[in-house]
Amino acid sequence: MKILTVCGLGQGTSLILKMNVEQALASKGISADVEHTDVSTASSMSADYIITSNELAESLIGHSAKVFIVNNYFDMDEINKAIDENIAG
Amino acid sequence: MKFLEENIVKVGVEVADAESAIEAAGNLLFTQGLVERSYIEAMKNSFKENGPYFVLAPQIAIPHARPEDGVNEASVSMVQLKNPIKFGHASNDPVRLVFGLGASSSDEHLTLLRELTSLLNNQENVEKLTNAKSYDEIKNILEMERLG
Repeated sequence: MKILTVCGLGQGTSLILKMNVEQALASKGISADVEHTDVSTASSMSADYIITSNELAESLIGHSAKVFIVNNYFDMDEINKAIDENIAG
Repeated sequence: MKFLEENIVKVGVEVADAESAIEAAGNLLFTQGLVERSYIEAMKNSFKENGPYFVLAPQIAIPHARPEDGVNEASVSMVQLKNPIKFGHASNDPVRLVFGLGASSSDEHLTLLRELTSLLNNQENVEKLTNAKSYDEIKNILEMERLG
């Protein structure tokens, strides 16, 4: 399974999201390849899932990956819930 | 590598809008020679082009740009805003804490983001940082975090 975490520049916030997503996946025993990138690169990358903010999700409409949103990048409960709802374990 | 050291943290800062808040966080890095002036401009441009997506959580903004925009050393500054400022984020406005991220391409960048993430994953720390009246209080929060 390949997951992209996406932000505007691919330098900071997508990396923070990647760390917390990896932590959440590990605690659920889900193995996945998580990469962080910027929104324009993500458009041309293939992936199973894309996790990003509400602000950037619109730019990814039409992507073959399932795109889902996390609003609070520091809320492990929200991240866990988003993974449970969107990624079939 | 500089992480929330005394000379790059400021509490009770008054600004008029989001752009000035980004500038204040960037200026702390610039004054210490951690980034070039061009980096602050790039932070502001990223806000104009990509919007407020870097408001990552309620009250918290982490503006940054790319390493090639003028970073001298991996670094994180913090501006605690006296008055909450709207960045235009649908769910996380208004902002009280602005962390200026000097993004480098080194391993130090990853170390800094880990420290910042573990600090802010704890909602109690966020409240303490928001209410801190002096750097000493912030220093205590950081030290507790390191011990924990």
